[in-house]
Amino acid sequence: MTRLIAVRLLFGALTLWAVSVVVFAATQALPGDAAQLILGRDATPERLEALRDQLNLHQPVAVQYTQWLQGLLQGDLGTSFSNRQPVADFLESPLRNSLTLMGLAALVATPASLAVGAFSALRRDRGFDHTSSLGTLVLASVPEFVVGILLILVLGPGGLDLFASVYSRTGGPDQWILPALTLALAVAPPIVRMMRATMIEVLESEYVQQARLKGLDERVVLWRHAAPNAIGPVAQVIALQLAWLAGGVVAVEFLFNIPGIGKVLMDAIANRDVPLIQAVVLLIAGIYILVNLLADVIGLAANPKVRVSARRAAPRAGKVKVTT
Amino acid sequence: MTRSEHTVLRVDDLTVIGRPSHVEIISDVSVSVRRGEILGLVGESGSGKTTLGLSLLAHCKRATAIARGRVEVDGSDLATLSEKGVRRLRGRAVAYIPQSPASALNPALRLRTQLGEALHDASLSRAAALERVREVLREVALPDDDRFLRRYPHQLSGGQQQRVAIAMAFIGRPDVIVLDEPTTGLDVTTQAHVLETIRRMTREYGTAGVYISHDMAVVADLADEIAVMYRGRLVERGRTDEVMAEPRHAYTRRLLSAVPLLRTDGHGPAEETEEPPLLRVSALTAGYGRTRVLEGIDVSVSRGECVALLGESGSGKTTLSRSVAGLHHQFTGGMLFDGRPLARSAYRRTPEQRRRVQYVFQNPYEALNPRKRVRDQILGPYRHLVGRPDDPERVVAEALERAALSSSYADRFPEQLSGGERQRVCIARAVATGPDLMVCDEITSALDVSVQAEIVTLLRNLQDAGMALLFVTHNIALVSNIAQRVAVLNQGRIVEYGPVGRVMAEPRHEYTRALIADTPDFQPSFAATADQVR
Repeated sequence: MTRLIAVRLLFGALTLWAVSVVVFAATQALPGDAAQLILGRDATPERLEALRDQLNLHQPVAVQYTQWLQGLLQGDLGTSFSNRQPVADFLESPLRNSLTLMGLAALVATPASLAVGAFSALRRDRGFDHTSSLGTLVLASVPEFVVGILLILVLGPGGLDLFASVYSRTGGPDQWILPALTLALAVAPPIVRMMRATMIEVLESEYVQQARLKGLDERVVLWRHAAPNAIGPVAQVIALQLAWLAGGVVAVEFLFNIPGIGKVLMDAIANRDVPLIQAVVLLIAGIYILVNLLADVIGLAANPKVRVSARRAAPRAGKVKVTT
Repeated sequence: MTRSEHTVLRVDDLTVIGRPSHVEIISDVSVSVRRGEILGLVGESGSGKTTLGLSLLAHCKRATAIARGRVEVDGSDLATLSEKGVRRLRGRAVAYIPQSPASALNPALRLRTQLGEALHDASLSRAAALERVREVLREVALPDDDRFLRRYPHQLSGGQQQRVAIAMAFIGRPDVIVLDEPTTGLDVTTQAHVLETIRRMTREYGTAGVYISHDMAVVADLADEIAVMYRGRLVERGRTDEVMAEPRHAYTRRLLSAVPLLRTDGHGPAEETEEPPLLRVSALTAGYGRTRVLEGIDVSVSRGECVALLGESGSGKTTLSRSVAGLHHQFTGGMLFDGRPLARSAYRRTPEQRRRVQYVFQNPYEALNPRKRVRDQILGPYRHLVGRPDDPERVVAEALERAALSSSYADRFPEQLSGGERQRVCIARAVATGPDLMVCDEITSALDVSVQAEIVTLLRNLQDAGMALLFVTHNIALVSNIAQRVAVLNQGRIVEYGPVGRVMAEPRHEYTRALIADTPDFQPSFAATADQVR
């Protein structure tokens, strides 16, 4: 298993590198440059030249990229073009806001959708099951910012006026409720559906029938016999959804005006602030890779076949394929 | 004390219907079992024997319900029990041993958990419960140490898994135990051990056993009393020796004559011919990656001859047959077909060679495309290997006829066929291209014994018409009914090779002797032996 994780981390690093190349190339393709945008329309050619020199914009693209990569390998994310602050310092507070939002959404969405999915499986083809399957279908087909707007209209100041709909530095904890709820509703449907399908399969299995024929209590059958066998495949979907959060947070932050990495990214793109764009994109990609790795580890750990053979014969673990 | 006082299980006029169709799945079945005895419940698949078995645990499968009749365990009527009462019944008064322990043991739980939770006695301390788990493991001849208890089901062999399932059933000292074909899927040696364990445990615990099976040979060996089910009805019931000696119902006689006899001199003696063999495999060594599965295999098959490859699971017999068919490439050694070398991969063989070697798979439930009609299943390989037929209907009809099916089957989909019919379609698909050699990989092991007998008859007819067969099996009794020569495989090597009559009468290798000893020696004593399926 250790080897598996090491290999996956290596591939993760490769992915990050590829992402950084693509993003760097994309920023070069954008019209205009950082110097022009910083100084504005009225800038004199002399001042533009001076700023370009200062930002190293004259050097060939490859050199610019290599310099940035060298800095990164030394743990230096570079300096933002537009506000002349080190990127790492500048990102600290937005990152904390975004992680709070994502964490809240994940904390709400995961257990709730697992419970709804499992309960739908138990109530298969009855009222609750039909309702939840229709509800998840509708939620899955509506974009998250529409869900957010609807929530604002109903629960926000326009409707029942229960929660604040715009972030402010002085606001209380209740300002997180609507954005977190929006994100949670956006990620929940696939988890609910996967949990339902997997649970139905597991509940029909012979070992669950055998557990019932052993005279076990229905709760024991569910939690001891059925749930552990359902968790592996569902963990994969949860991971995909939570990883999606890292990117999906952008639109929701914009909607609720939360100063998170999503907003930083949009401003950075508008300013052609290459070091900042690179840092934020790599961060999002990194979260994506880590969450997926975590899901694979959970999936493997839930499968005793892999777990035991990995312990006994460590070199073979690398060959183990993830079965979903 | 009269005999009836020992009766612990009594079923009276039980009828189970399907919902919502109200079709009777079992009708008016009455049986009773005494303590320490085993009732053999025999019938083919679909006869309702599993439905009856599960109703003894007050369990009805999805969309079925008990319409009338009563099931009484130790004097209490199961119909009157509440949901909680049913839970208290299961595992304590009645326990169930499933057909396939590989899928009935929870893959995610350790044996300690699964065995421990089957012991419902709350008055026992943790240590006493663990001691009981160890005791019952010793009784089924499994290790009882902590290392074994920490294992997961996948770390056990098939026989060990089944003994764990038996231990799990006996741990609560039930009054009645329902065994649903517990030895299907086990090879004969393991089956012999498992049956011995079941017999001993029911005697020692004074438990009444209900043994469900389609195999008369096993039931005759084990049961004190036999009940024969046919289409949901109980057609015959009596003491085992009486039923064996004087079966009253025609269906019972059919079941009895379907069991292949162990000692015959094979299907005609092997003829010594000058002609070179059709297939000659010499010094073949095969494996998967670095693991060797087969070593130094020499086998030959002549025209019109059937050679059986006999071995237990894991002996490499399927690898050998797949190598012959060109499905397994990782082998070295010579393989001559009709004097010419066969390429290792089917892709590199000529279409003519591929046409002349056909393969029939073990499981007919998976070998047919569920979305294609029988006609297209048969015409597919024909078009590919022979060419576009002028008269497709005739090709299909002829192939079906050779597989003893009427041409009306051409329009059916696989799901409209029984297991035996499916396997016939598989055979029809293979014979449609007019092969010289047919490789049959355990083609009867997924089928009931009565259906197996029909397939064997079919194969013998094909063989009489000049087809050569490589018949792979783990069932030694089948070998003596179909093959002229037999190669006994053990751990990747051929340990015995010769004419069937000689090998059965005087086996030279101890492994062959052990195999013969472990197979239930079935000798129906009733007069109808003469119409034994030929």
